[in-house]
Amino acid sequence: MLILNCPYCGVDAEESELAAGGEAHLKRFGPGSSDEDFHDYLFMRENPKGVHLERWRHANGCGKWFHAARCTQTLEVFGTYSAQVFEPPKKIKDAITAKRPGWTWRDFS
Amino acid sequence: MKHYSAFAVAREALRYHTGWERAWRSPEPKKRYDVIIVGAGGHGLATAYYLGKNYGIQNVAVIEKGWLGGGNTGRNTTIIRSNYLQDPSAALFEKARSLYEDLSQDLNYNVMFSPRGVMMLAQTQHEIRGYQRTAHANVLQGVKTEWITPERVKELVPIINIDGPRYPVLGALWQERGGTARHDAVAWGYARACSAMGMDIIQQCEVTGVRSEDGRVVGVDTTKGAIDCDKLGMIVAGHSGQLAEMAGFRLPLEAVALQALVSEPIKPCMDVVVMANTVHGYMSQSDKGEMVIGGGTDAFNNYTQRGSFHHIEETVRALVETFPMISRLKMLRQWGGIVDMTGDRSPILSKTPLGGCFINCGWGTGGFKTIPGSGWGMAQLMATGHSPLTEAFSLDRFKEGRFIDESVAAGVAH
Repeated sequence: MLILNCPYCGVDAEESELAAGGEAHLKRFGPGSSDEDFHDYLFMRENPKGVHLERWRHANGCGKWFHAARCTQTLEVFGTYSAQVFEPPKKIKDAITAKRPGWTWRDFS
Repeated sequence: MKHYSAFAVAREALRYHTGWERAWRSPEPKKRYDVIIVGAGGHGLATAYYLGKNYGIQNVAVIEKGWLGGGNTGRNTTIIRSNYLQDPSAALFEKARSLYEDLSQDLNYNVMFSPRGVMMLAQTQHEIRGYQRTAHANVLQGVKTEWITPERVKELVPIINIDGPRYPVLGALWQERGGTARHDAVAWGYARACSAMGMDIIQQCEVTGVRSEDGRVVGVDTTKGAIDCDKLGMIVAGHSGQLAEMAGFRLPLEAVALQALVSEPIKPCMDVVVMANTVHGYMSQSDKGEMVIGGGTDAFNNYTQRGSFHHIEETVRALVETFPMISRLKMLRQWGGIVDMTGDRSPILSKTPLGGCFINCGWGTGGFKTIPGSGWGMAQLMATGHSPLTEAFSLDRFKEGRFIDESVAAGVAH
């Protein structure tokens, strides 16, 4: 079972205690944006076989949203971090790079 | 190819079964093919088969990374039904179901199609309305389904508990001509028929790149060398995203794990397929006597072909409440497959931004039942550039807002 550490309450939460929230760090496009951007925002996901940045909610716990960095190929968890950021903090990026050199995610790596 | 028949069985019995030949050849790839299909699962093989049978295109290779039928074709719960709400889905799924009826004769291979009936239980007021609506839609689409009462449910499935305390059975959507088939045999039968037409099925051969010139596909790079082609069909389910990336375009898909499990074999006790979408479990009994059980997908992206343990518990807990007699059954095996989910839970059968390259993916949790229909439509699309069966399932429907929204209509389980 997947176990993630909630960065808010510090609990090591099991999967059944959490709700998955899909891909993280989406850039939102709304009224006034081009059809292309709106389409990509709504439907296109990175869906990588490898490093995946995603959102989770500690639903049956403290109730807070947070981010996790995880590998979709091995289910390895690289770390969890605050929801109030646009990209992972350096500590998380370093942890990923240590295991998966050369990884990228849209505009940053 | 030697014809399979009762006479052949008798003939081989007399000579100690020494005369059976391999069902399909395993050749080395040629330098060039008219059409290359990537993915030797049910959908890929069916596409190749109908390209040859309906359009006379027989210079075809089917390339497979692993082994034939080893992906989702061998990992599903073998349910076949066509009781969908939306017209394009009903047309495609009903085409597939009707092709299953005489597929064994067509392929000269016993796919063990068993039209035993598929029952989708309504356990909330919302589901009653939903399924009655589907039943009415099916009448207009020419798909034979009916709304049945709880008493009729009990008559068809004596082992069911219709007055469960939390989710009583309030009725069901019943498709008498739905059922199950032997999943491996469907892949094997198509493979044998393709091989007999002179097509090459190349296993253990991974595509590592897609080559194009002037916006048109000219071939693929593989672990067995470069192979040229005029047209390319990508039919690889969970890994469609990776393959599309090689071809230079993206797909609106996310890969998640879906799992299933079977019990120890028991005496015949249930001769229909029962699906309970509110509690999220579905069950049928195989010819060997095993109860075949499926549930929901995991909520997070995953490529590992194994699912989360607590989903098994949720599925089994719901089914034990609905079928109290299975509470002491031991489970024998559990497995997972990687399903490619689209935003509207309907598949993509389409041309792509790369000329001569076609995609068939996004079947999500319900691909097995459509194998013949998907192959039929895909072959038409690849051979002629247009198919009424696949037209509505094009890649640009997301941009144009033409969703075929089955995520609400068909429920979650397939």
